Amino acid sequence: MLLIEAWQFILANPGRFFGALATHVALSASALALAIAIALPTGVWLAGTRRAALLAIAAANIGRTLPSLAVLALVMPLLGTGFMPSLFALTLLALPPILINSYTAVRQVDPDVIDAARGMGMTRAEVVRKVELPIATPVIFAGIRTAAVQVVSGAVLAAYIGGGGLGDFITAGIAMMALPQLLVGAIPATLLSLGADRLFGGLQRALTPKGL
Amino acid sequence: MIDIVSLVKRFPGTSRAAVDGLTLSIADGEVCVLIGPSGCGKTTTMRIINRLLEPDGGTVRVGGRSIMDIDPVSLRRSIGYVIQQVGLFPHWTIADNVATVPRLLAWDEAKTTARTDELLTLVGMDPRAYRGRFPRELSGGQKQRVGVARALAADPPVMLMDEPFGALDPITRTRLQDEFLKILCELNKTIVFVTHDIDEAIKMGDRVAILRDGALVQYDTPEKILAAPVDPFVESFVGADRALKRLSLISADDASERLAGALPSGSINAQASLRDALAQMLESGADALAVVDAAARVTGVLTLASIRAHTRLARSADTQAMKT
Repeated sequence: MLLIEAWQFILANPGRFFGALATHVALSASALALAIAIALPTGVWLAGTRRAALLAIAAANIGRTLPSLAVLALVMPLLGTGFMPSLFALTLLALPPILINSYTAVRQVDPDVIDAARGMGMTRAEVVRKVELPIATPVIFAGIRTAAVQVVSGAVLAAYIGGGGLGDFITAGIAMMALPQLLVGAIPATLLSLGADRLFGGLQRALTPKGL
Repeated sequence: MIDIVSLVKRFPGTSRAAVDGLTLSIADGEVCVLIGPSGCGKTTTMRIINRLLEPDGGTVRVGGRSIMDIDPVSLRRSIGYVIQQVGLFPHWTIADNVATVPRLLAWDEAKTTARTDELLTLVGMDPRAYRGRFPRELSGGQKQRVGVARALAADPPVMLMDEPFGALDPITRTRLQDEFLKILCELNKTIVFVTHDIDEAIKMGDRVAILRDGALVQYDTPEKILAAPVDPFVESFVGADRALKRLSLISADDASERLAGALPSGSINAQASLRDALAQMLESGADALAVVDAAARVTGVLTLASIRAHTRLARSADTQAMKT
């Protein structure tokens, strides 16, 4: 019964629904892309250093324990409301798992394998590109997958700071005690999360080198 | 081929230099074994030769050129490198692993493939069966075969081998040592071979360099090291059974005499060592064995007396060496 009403709400307001869906996807995808662009190279670089690494990883671990809503709430007084502050907060949310996994993945590559690679005359860049990154791929992608799910579900909260997305229906649904409208936000958001998990799980399997 | 002069290497935070004024010259086509207790600087010395470590003093020349004048990456591409844990790339096939250096040197693909197959065959791995496999599908011995093939790929004149057979079970180790010696005979490589196993050093080395505290204690042929250890340290290092070890360096053929009188009932292969011959005599109670060649022809006779004479000869060589 509720589901049918939710469906009818979508049919009655296709523009609002698809607009929110598009915002939600755009927000999540941009946040994830930004986080990958920042955290992956940083994690790989940190793995090659000693001193900076421990500090950065400790910071990332603290970042990881922050509740999503708290991150969004912390951003609002600083950056105000809207799409950009939401994007900033979600990117922040996605950084720790990608950073930590990239760092750990590269650190876990067998030192004998790296010694052999250097001993045979690979340059530092060749060691990273041909040896460390391919071997680290599964663990790096596990981090991206975690971040993706966190961002897609966290994006629901962007509604609280005016970032738009499917969260709008949920907050409005709660405010007006309108359960069907709440489901219009909640069900697609859940499906998106599951979809992101499946998508990156598949990518992880597809990109993992065969011999590992 | 490799000239090391007054080499010094210090690691930060240690009081004693890891390599302390080492001077060592390795001739073209020789196998030089570096051996000594842990911390003696053998692996450090080896890793300086291909500049995985930078020296703090002294010079190293490879083929007449100082290693400090050669870019480390191109230096390493011209030197074969084999380590105990092999370090095969787990995400590459066996063929790709062997092709590592040829690809770094941008050989064309047809030449690389031909070379890969040739080397896999050389180390006793059928290319058709193993080319497309991954390292995790191989046994320890097979991995090290691939490791050796990979190091040989670009036909480097010099090879560095850091305890290459150290992680293998005794049977596999002996088999790989034997096969590797056979391969070496055909290839004429200059090899620096690090081990902590004196039996392996005697078996593999043309010359053995015994190191202690980063300095050279004795550098000689295995025969000389066993016959005339320069000091009590070397003597205890080579072991109380050095007379027996010496016997393992002499073939039955070398110690055999012309057959006179009755043919002994037992026989031994001409290529077998005096050590094996002695063991066989002790076991069977015989004091003479017929020496037979590969075609099972009797070429002479080996007696307990002549084995004893070879041991005594060694001892008089000791005293000779002591005097000089």
